[in-house]
Amino acid sequence: MSDIIKIKEEYLLKLKDDLDLNNINQIKSELFSKTGKISNEFKKMGSMSPDSRKKFASELNAIKDELQETIEKKIKDIEIKEINLKLQNEKVDVTLPERSFKRGKIHPVSQVIDEISSIFSEIGFSVAEGPDVENEYNNFTALNTPDNHPARDMHDTFYLDDNKEYLLRTHTSPVQVRTMLGGKPPFKIIAPGRTYRSDSDQTHAPMFHQVEGLHIDKNINMGHLKGCLNYFIKEFFEIDKIKMRFRPSHFPFTEPSAEVDIGYRLKDGKIIIGEGDKWLEILGCGMVHPNVLKNVKVDPQKFQGYAFGMGIDRLAMLKYGINDLRAFFDTDYRWLNHFGFDPLDVPSNYRGLSR
Amino acid sequence: MKFTINWLKEHLDTKLDDQKIIDKLTSIGLEVESFESQSSELDKFIVAKIINAEKHPNADRLKLCDVDIGQKEKVKVVCGAPNAKDDLLTVYAPPGATIPKSQTKLSVSKIRGVTSYGMLCSESELKLSSESEGIITLSPTKYIKQVGKKYFVNKNQKVVDLSITPNRADCLGVRGIARDLAAAGAGKLKNKNKSKINFSGLNKIKVKITNDKNQGCTKFGSLLIKGIKNTESPKWLKEKILSLGQKPISAVVDVTNYVMMDLNRPLHAYDADKIDKGIIVRNSKKGESFEALDNKKYVLDDNMCVISDASGILGLGGIIGGVRSGTELNTKNILLESAYFKPKSIRYTSKILNLDTDAKYRFERGIDPNSIEEGLIKAAELIQNICGGTISKINITKKEKSNYRAFKFPIDLFNNTTGFKVEIREMARILSDLGFLVKKNKKELNLKVPSWRPDILQPIDIVEEIVRIKGYDRIKTELPEKTRDKQTLNPHQKLFHFLQRSVASKGYYETVTWSFTDSKINELFKEDKPEVKIVNPISSDLNVLRSSIFSNLIFYLKKNLDRDVKDISLFEIGPIFSGKKPGQQEIVISAIKSGMISRLNWIEKERKVDVFDAKRDVMQTLIETGLDDKNFHINSNVPNYYHPGKSGAIYQDSKSNKPIAFFGEIHPNINQKLQVKTEALILFEIFLDKIELHKNKLKDQKNKYEYSDFQKSERDFAFIIDKNLNVQELVKIIYKIDNNLIKNVKVFDLYEGENIPSDKKSIALNVTIHSLQKSLNDKDLEKINNLIISTVESKTGAKIRS
Repeated sequence: MSDIIKIKEEYLLKLKDDLDLNNINQIKSELFSKTGKISNEFKKMGSMSPDSRKKFASELNAIKDELQETIEKKIKDIEIKEINLKLQNEKVDVTLPERSFKRGKIHPVSQVIDEISSIFSEIGFSVAEGPDVENEYNNFTALNTPDNHPARDMHDTFYLDDNKEYLLRTHTSPVQVRTMLGGKPPFKIIAPGRTYRSDSDQTHAPMFHQVEGLHIDKNINMGHLKGCLNYFIKEFFEIDKIKMRFRPSHFPFTEPSAEVDIGYRLKDGKIIIGEGDKWLEILGCGMVHPNVLKNVKVDPQKFQGYAFGMGIDRLAMLKYGINDLRAFFDTDYRWLNHFGFDPLDVPSNYRGLSR
Repeated sequence: MKFTINWLKEHLDTKLDDQKIIDKLTSIGLEVESFESQSSELDKFIVAKIINAEKHPNADRLKLCDVDIGQKEKVKVVCGAPNAKDDLLTVYAPPGATIPKSQTKLSVSKIRGVTSYGMLCSESELKLSSESEGIITLSPTKYIKQVGKKYFVNKNQKVVDLSITPNRADCLGVRGIARDLAAAGAGKLKNKNKSKINFSGLNKIKVKITNDKNQGCTKFGSLLIKGIKNTESPKWLKEKILSLGQKPISAVVDVTNYVMMDLNRPLHAYDADKIDKGIIVRNSKKGESFEALDNKKYVLDDNMCVISDASGILGLGGIIGGVRSGTELNTKNILLESAYFKPKSIRYTSKILNLDTDAKYRFERGIDPNSIEEGLIKAAELIQNICGGTISKINITKKEKSNYRAFKFPIDLFNNTTGFKVEIREMARILSDLGFLVKKNKKELNLKVPSWRPDILQPIDIVEEIVRIKGYDRIKTELPEKTRDKQTLNPHQKLFHFLQRSVASKGYYETVTWSFTDSKINELFKEDKPEVKIVNPISSDLNVLRSSIFSNLIFYLKKNLDRDVKDISLFEIGPIFSGKKPGQQEIVISAIKSGMISRLNWIEKERKVDVFDAKRDVMQTLIETGLDDKNFHINSNVPNYYHPGKSGAIYQDSKSNKPIAFFGEIHPNINQKLQVKTEALILFEIFLDKIELHKNKLKDQKNKYEYSDFQKSERDFAFIIDKNLNVQELVKIIYKIDNNLIKNVKVFDLYEGENIPSDKKSIALNVTIHSLQKSLNDKDLEKINNLIISTVESKTGAKIRS
């Protein structure tokens, strides 16, 4: 056996031992330092004949590579071993709480307004607005509710001056007036917003929310009204088999007028919508009264259409099982957390209305 | 409006059962609120089953029974009856029930040391027989399924309670309701009974209606009934009055009430002997007063319609009579009034006096002026039947003639409005059943409106009449078209929507508070805006429209702190008001945050919230909204509720003079005044209406994205500058030196104190220098470094710190 094979055998055997990094470095220097065994073998090549030198060189290079590779692998093994050893002492209790984050909430009224807007957006309504403070004309007179009309009694109005000229709007219907006075037909709008009545008890709040709807065009009849509300109610409650009933009623600004009931039953004091044979009134509607159209400079001979109004807070209560209206406006942090919605849960018609 | 089905049947010939009538009423627009028996004392007695009867621990003759009364929990009842035993079905009376025989009201009581809830009854106690030996034994076959149900069948007639809309004055009488039902096919309206009345003699009490301006009375009918013997009402009349939940008073009063409910014809009976000479219907004068039948004294204003005599006011016409001329059981001669008062006049008077009566309710909705005689005759006849007496001739004084309203109804209007067709013959039939005089033409109906329908004014009202009688279920459901001509939200609405969710996503809870607030708190936040008072506030602490949302947010913050909630982040988006006219309002988003960041946290350092938390939230929100913060200008011109030294105003650019937002810590004085008990309180507000948004169009696409792989360099500088110089200026100056090379300026330290003069501060900056064209060499960098130092020093008087 030649010297170089002996060296190889000897060191491969050594490297099989359980070594630490120092031992390896020792071996490395024994082999590859300037005076190392392999280095010395390379030096021998100078005195060899070209033929034997070529053969020797190739053998020596192969041995050198093998030894180096083995050493490198050994080093890696040791490093991994050391990391593994270290890891044993690096364990944390991951059940400890994470760094804090704060989650915000969207109020149920806002969420439901967005749901309503999303549904009506799908069937071509755009959102209109009007001021909270209105004049007497827009809130009552233009809506065919002259002074001394008994319907005014139903609206306990907040006034801002002694002449009763300025008031807090008692419904969102004045937005109809503003929209029609400010443009030309056709009109197809919804108007959600704050409304006010000087009434306060367990089921009434001095401020609440309504959404108004108005669709004026040529040839719009009560069938369209029924279809629109039918669509809305099904979409909003996300129940297909919901029962709906139109029944005659009276509002000064619509003729004919209707109220809409939906079917429900009571289960342990909770309202279950879509089942049972009880009726719950949820909105008022009708064909816009010709007097209203005249008041807003729309020709009732050419244009007609429907309007509706409903209580947003009540819709929110029904859909999300909230039973106390007053709590909506009481800013109880715990209530807001409980009934509030995640800000990223934006109702939309492609992603869906609610989670 | 209340009535019984039997009463209805006095006017309506019908084969429909009760439930069908109820359903019909609702479907024609007479909404049934309830259909129930007036509750009876006997309703409380229920069928019960003794589950377990054992000897009373302290008494040999008594038993302690566990009784099933149809509820989850069994009740414990002490019973002395020898026949009380397990499984016996009997009658149970709960606490609160009155025992018919003894008329004693039961209460929860201890009997020989054991509490007994209610009692088990014998037949004698219930006045069913004289059997008092033991408690009632009910047959298991008949009653085993009745446990928990009422033992006595309620014999009170069921009362229909209608909610009548304000346009339907005619349905405030049973006959009007019957007429509507008949038109809808629920039966036939019965003919009225012919009166067999014998008029004898003249009504000698003269009636005069004055020519006062806005005279509220246009027609006044009356008759005298002499020699009556007023008495208790007979049983049938009492029952009618009782069924409506009212109290019978005397035959004369009950008859006038009955006629009002039956025909919707309010009447008033005077004691004729108490009228001083004649009747004068006139306007009141300010300061006049009288005592009304509700035993209250009313002091009148000018121009209220009063019925008076030579000595003064007798009553308010169509609203309430007076004590002075009221009828009593010993009244001998009565004057019966049946008149027409204008709705406007009735409303005027009743609103000022805050008076509500059945008569007022009817007159203000519009009474049939042609029912005056009918009412007088019906009432006089009934009074004569019950109380005897002779009836004078009717005396009618008129101011105005009442005309029938007439117009043409184009029949196409029906189809155009409702979307379905009804034959012209059917339309005519319905309308004539409703009392219209109808003449058919080819394409229209000539109509004369019945005098009891003041609400029918024009053709569209006829559409409603026909469609409600036909039924709203006849209206088809047209599927909505899914087309859109206009964007759903306008830019301002989009901004509203975005900001709302943007602020919420930073950990704030959205709340909705009243648009009004307490003027005392509002004062602290309103600055120089005018106070907008509510004339009739719901309470004195909600008496002004809010000038800022903070008054409410802080009020509720306090409430939550009182509930022991810590570290609160709240916001609201909504209107604030600067005047009482429409449009003097703007939309604001206001947020508050209180307490600590990372309270009691095992891994994070606990600290109070401060101005830079507020700034972060407001800046991030504005940037997310799409505004470019590079252009923002910030100064400290803030409202006086902010901490003067720890707050700021944000402008969209340095040229703008309207801030779009404020942020900062609250002024300590306000905290002191409002006694908010928290470690720290920060606020911010964003004024939506002041934000100028630029909607990106296709042509506004972003520039090509350019990046550079050349090496970038970072250099640190520390400048000592005047304390008054703000960092915003310093940073702006550095950017301006070379916008192409200086990519970022980061403030990484602020130092004041030792080694720095007291009027100076040290600001440490990290500047990123990066070229798109080349790798900068040492020489280039040296040049820009020197330029930064020299420019800052010359422009601000700063000194580089070495």
